[in-house]
Amino acid sequence: MSTLEMQEKIQQGFQEEIEETKLLDCMRCGFCLPACPTYVHSNYDETQSPRGRIALMKAVRDGDIPFDGSVEESIDLCLGCRACEPACPAGVEYGSLLESARNVIQRETNAPIKEKAARKVAFDYLFQNQSVMEKATSFVKFYQRSGLQTLTRKMGILSFFPSTMKEMEKVIPRIEKSNVKKGMVYEGKSKKTKVAFFTGCLMDTMFAKTNEATINVLQELGCDVWVPENQVCCGALQGHSGELEKARENAKVNLRQFLAEDVDYIVNNAGGCGAFLSEYDHLLEGEDYELLEQAKQFSRKSIDITQLVYELGITKEALTYKQQSTVTVTYQDSCHLRNVSRVKDAPREILKAINNVHYVELEGSDHCCGSAGIYNLSQPEMSMKILDDKMEYVNETQARILVTTNPGCLLQMKLGIEREGLSDQMEAMHLIDFIHDYIL
Amino acid sequence: MFKTGRRGTDILNRDFIQKLEEISGVENIKTSTAARLSYSYDATAGFQSMPDLIISPRNTSEVSQIVKLCNEQGVPIVPRGSGTNLAAGTTPTKGGVVLIFNNMDQIVELDEENLTLTVEPGVLTETVHGYVEDNGLFYPPDPSSGKISTIGGNISENSGGLRGLKYGVTKDYVLALEAVLPNGDIIYTGGKLAKDVAGYDFKSLLVGSEGTLAIVTQATLKLIPKPPSKQTMVVIYKSMEEAAEAISAILANRIIPATLEFMDQETIRVVEDYKQIGLPTDCEALLLIEQDGPEAVVANDIEKINEICQWFGAISITRAANEQEAESLRRARKDALSCLAQLTPTTILEDATVPRSEIAKMVKAITETAEKYNVRIQTFGHAGDGNLHPTCVTDERNKEEIERVEQAFAEIFQIAVDMGGTITGEHGVGEMKSSYLEWKIGREGIELMKSIKKAIDPNNIMNPGKMFAKSTKKRVVVSR
Repeated sequence: MSTLEMQEKIQQGFQEEIEETKLLDCMRCGFCLPACPTYVHSNYDETQSPRGRIALMKAVRDGDIPFDGSVEESIDLCLGCRACEPACPAGVEYGSLLESARNVIQRETNAPIKEKAARKVAFDYLFQNQSVMEKATSFVKFYQRSGLQTLTRKMGILSFFPSTMKEMEKVIPRIEKSNVKKGMVYEGKSKKTKVAFFTGCLMDTMFAKTNEATINVLQELGCDVWVPENQVCCGALQGHSGELEKARENAKVNLRQFLAEDVDYIVNNAGGCGAFLSEYDHLLEGEDYELLEQAKQFSRKSIDITQLVYELGITKEALTYKQQSTVTVTYQDSCHLRNVSRVKDAPREILKAINNVHYVELEGSDHCCGSAGIYNLSQPEMSMKILDDKMEYVNETQARILVTTNPGCLLQMKLGIEREGLSDQMEAMHLIDFIHDYIL
Repeated sequence: MFKTGRRGTDILNRDFIQKLEEISGVENIKTSTAARLSYSYDATAGFQSMPDLIISPRNTSEVSQIVKLCNEQGVPIVPRGSGTNLAAGTTPTKGGVVLIFNNMDQIVELDEENLTLTVEPGVLTETVHGYVEDNGLFYPPDPSSGKISTIGGNISENSGGLRGLKYGVTKDYVLALEAVLPNGDIIYTGGKLAKDVAGYDFKSLLVGSEGTLAIVTQATLKLIPKPPSKQTMVVIYKSMEEAAEAISAILANRIIPATLEFMDQETIRVVEDYKQIGLPTDCEALLLIEQDGPEAVVANDIEKINEICQWFGAISITRAANEQEAESLRRARKDALSCLAQLTPTTILEDATVPRSEIAKMVKAITETAEKYNVRIQTFGHAGDGNLHPTCVTDERNKEEIERVEQAFAEIFQIAVDMGGTITGEHGVGEMKSSYLEWKIGREGIELMKSIKKAIDPNNIMNPGKMFAKSTKKRVVVSR
């Protein structure tokens, strides 16, 4: 396919799949600019801003400019953190515009081979098939246990990989076998609420312990926790990278699994997954009526663990940090938890409610940490720039514990701590692990 | 509507670009499609034009060299802040070079003896506010776009804001400027002085000149002590007329509030929809009133305002109990425009301004004009200083409706001028309102402006296509 043909196909794709009215919602006031991490970290380059990206989509759609490498770069460099959405007074659905644009671009261009290969393995193989994911992580487990990890670290085999990968390798948690039994109902201490637990693929493998903690905490707070047996990945990673069809397939499976029983909530403990689950109704727009109604029901019931725990009244209990007399804690938002699910106060209120926790607000906690799905692998340079700036603010809090609520953010924060050489003074933890290990 | 750069590569040849690269470094020059498109617009609906190149100079000397080079080659230059302009002042109408200040964004000096702040043009307005307030000082101009607008942009546009009534606008706080003229000369005008009558006041000429005369490269701003306390209240009126009477009465009673803002019913509804802060949606007018100063004075003024508002039939008066409540009330007014934008695809915001004694009449005239042309115009604005924002929600794809919108606005401008007002209070003339300028300043005024422009910028490279129109709109005869 010639460049010209590709450009025409993309213009046509944009015309068919990006709604004009959604583009016109943007009145270019520029209020989104200060909220956008790539704008701020590109030294205020309008090309790397939400307003710029929307203008680019519109210009390509209208045929004012051809789609070329510079346009593609701008769309690629977007973190998809959607911090521009709460900042937007005109209610522009940026996330939806971005997904549509990426979907077309992904389909019509030859994406960079390295990324495409990584994506192929990640999406077609790992994230679509839980048991493969489990096997892949068991390999990591074997690698860690066998002493190979120590050996490679010593020999520096990983120096073949980009530096991010090398550091990443250090922070990947020890893989424990998940004790969470699919299909089980874990009974609550008292019977108040029935919830279905969305285990998530990263959470279920790399952060298996957090999933166990989640169930324990919910039981403690009076929930029956059902773990639907054949649930699959939420589809977020595919959806955000322009592979909407794969995301839709996953969504349909999950609708079937989770709506098989009547529950009060469908709870998850990963901000990124949660946001995607809460938008299944948007994802499945255009599907038949019955499916769409199911999606709406699913999205309505979907809730983040911190919000649920907050609503179940955890802050009214007498909470004490058990390890030391006092501890300084700070919190980094998960972008999608904050910007899409709009959960901002619950995690903060929970931390503040613990008697001997000295809570310090992290400056810029509403700015993305640079993890953003697989962004830290596809755009390592920008990702590390964002992370290093973030860590300066983290340092200022003098926190002993850095809390977050999403596996990607958690890994990135661990990476940040490692890069800063702070691993002996600071620990990054999921909020639920913090509560489970030190509070309840 | 969409124009690509007129010049293209015939003028911006490799040699020219190479010279620019030598001045500012390769990394500070952008020519890609995406970059050019991203600097083709500002916040004005219906105006867009591609530049040929974007450059980020690092200091005044580089700006001078760039301008000189462009002047020699006749290449247009558009200085740009954050592109929040509402009169198509920063769209590169004739293509050429867009000059941005992301590398010139430092606070240079806080002088606590002379109470001045010296900044580079790329510093954000909000950064200035935060910085000086941390030091117990105050920089009053607060355009609604202040979270992202730059000081350079504020100076070029002489930005106003919510505090204009009591504290004035940007021009009242610019003490000194360093600027680059089209021939590359660097001038220094003004100083850390309250009094300075040495020669023509170039500083005042440059403030609000919309980048058509020179490029501001450094500014010294006047600061005042931060008012120690502040109170915020919201007053609701069933009818617009009662609200306008109350406004006049407050000022007639020798009280100048720090803020005296107004929103009409449709604006109230939309803001409430978006913000959900409990605004009553069944009333015609909402006033946001603030007073600041020493605590006792503020308390006294607020009591008096309270009385006056009640006298004129206020149906509710709410005082913000704390700063958090006050901020959400202020935010609602600041976001009014963007909230209106949610109603329809296109939002056209004007800023016709009248002497404050004429406000009630003006608001009524706007409503009638909107009805006459069958268009939707909501009005909010800075009622205390007569600076209204009649805002039309429409759809730019509907050519027939857009024509009616233009007719309605032409009539609104005419009415404002007839009342002793102006076509623009704070947004500037830009490309958008250039053809109405003569209505306000007359043929003689235009001629004088032209001769000044010609003397300073003989090759017309500085933001061409702005301020000066090819032709003036025919005056509208308003019979009422």
